[in-house]
Amino acid sequence: MREVAIIGVGMSKFGELWERSFRSLITEAGLAAVKDAGIGGDDIDALYVGSMSAGRFIGQEHIGALVADEAGLTPAHIPATRVEAADASGGVALRQGYLAVASGAHDVVVVGGVEKMTDVGDVEQTNILAASADREWEAFFGATVPSLYAMMATRHMHDYGTTREQLARVSVKNHENGALNPNAAYPFTVKLDSVLTSPLVASPLRVLDMAASVDGAAAVVLCAADRVPSFTGKPVKILASGQASDSLALHDRASFTSLGATQRAAALAYRQAGITARDVNLAEVHDAFTISEVMAVEDLGFVEKGQGGFAVEKGVTTRAGSVPVNTSGGLKARGHPLGATGIAQAIEITQQLRGNAGARQVRNARIGLAHNVGGSGATATVHLLGGWE
Amino acid sequence: MSIPRFWREIDQRYNLKGVKCGNCGHHFFPARTMCSACRHESIGKLAPVTFSGNGTVETCSVVHNGPAGFEDQTPYVMAIIKLDEGPRITAQIVDCAPDQVGIGTRVRKVFRRINEEGDAGVIHYGYKFAVQA
Repeated sequence: MREVAIIGVGMSKFGELWERSFRSLITEAGLAAVKDAGIGGDDIDALYVGSMSAGRFIGQEHIGALVADEAGLTPAHIPATRVEAADASGGVALRQGYLAVASGAHDVVVVGGVEKMTDVGDVEQTNILAASADREWEAFFGATVPSLYAMMATRHMHDYGTTREQLARVSVKNHENGALNPNAAYPFTVKLDSVLTSPLVASPLRVLDMAASVDGAAAVVLCAADRVPSFTGKPVKILASGQASDSLALHDRASFTSLGATQRAAALAYRQAGITARDVNLAEVHDAFTISEVMAVEDLGFVEKGQGGFAVEKGVTTRAGSVPVNTSGGLKARGHPLGATGIAQAIEITQQLRGNAGARQVRNARIGLAHNVGGSGATATVHLLGGWE
Repeated sequence: MSIPRFWREIDQRYNLKGVKCGNCGHHFFPARTMCSACRHESIGKLAPVTFSGNGTVETCSVVHNGPAGFEDQTPYVMAIIKLDEGPRITAQIVDCAPDQVGIGTRVRKVFRRINEEGDAGVIHYGYKFAVQA
């Protein structure tokens, strides 16, 4: 396979953006990415866009063509493909774009992710999110996505001694990072006590353990390695792309304290890149819930199984720690516009590797990891990015 | 959930019916087309089975923020239960205080109203679980 670079990135602000439409968000992100890459519309060979549920949120399907149309790419009739894998839609779209370039089918591909979630109320949002779990054998009986992660947390605390306070520290850390991110939906810090006393959603998880439903879009431009010198965008290399699946329902999984899809996607990515978890300098992980990040740092191999909570407590994953995790603020503070999240993660890693992360910049970042999960863990992607030289 | 969609699953939801693989002996709930271990070798060898309804809680959570149709039931306990025959199932635990349920609690299946689609809508029934005496 050919080497593939990310040469441009762009995103909208994330948040409850009542005045903004689905179309305007993804077009803003795409235009910013194209400008950053230094390409023109005529250079784009194909478009991929991740969106979990445009049909339910805004009553619009056929998103691939819509985005190409809005971007002014109609005259070229380029292939435009929408990708869906619940809230891993962005990560899977990134992988599809990567494979399209790596295979030689295309030289320059734009990959976007977008969700416009606030045109429906919170009850309908919960209902739509439940479509990422098993509708007939989980949601029908009253299980919500928060309750599924809560059941993972209950078991993790029971098996490994993970504490309620350790979970809260994930939220506190990610808000400390997010406070420095101008694109974050919730760019402010939260106190440990505020997390611990926020309203219960599904015990042991509380409101401030959860990533909120917001609007947003993000896009990257991918380019074949030999075409990189043709454009002005500062490249980073996609070292590897891993994707894996698991049973749709949590109850059918081999474990409730690990995501098997994450473990497999990570193993595939590490093997492709010829590295181990110890070589990763920073990571954006899918902290849809605080327990998600605790499990992710274990499943990605940064710490031993069961040590994820203790690692947060010791500061291992802060910006100054040995493996900074979610320097962007993560899903928690950046906000979680489902289909956009996987792309926004890749953008944060790209900016860190370029040295463009501003106040959030970590030192000596050479290899970064982006980890995106769908639903309660039935899909996971892991991408490894590295500096160009 | 549409009436035909619910109707299709009534046998499983009312009577906890699944299948047993004639090739490897594994039990599945709900019924599947193929055994996930034996795959094509299991086709035509999956026999219907009715589970005893006895099981053990493997993990649980008290839901305070219920989805549409469950608002009047909160707070309620959701659990993953391992049936004695092997399959796991996601269901509510009812007829007890939430703090009576934990990992290892023995439970049995009961037949209950799941929810209603509004005042004049369909009433859905199915399984919940209760703590064993």
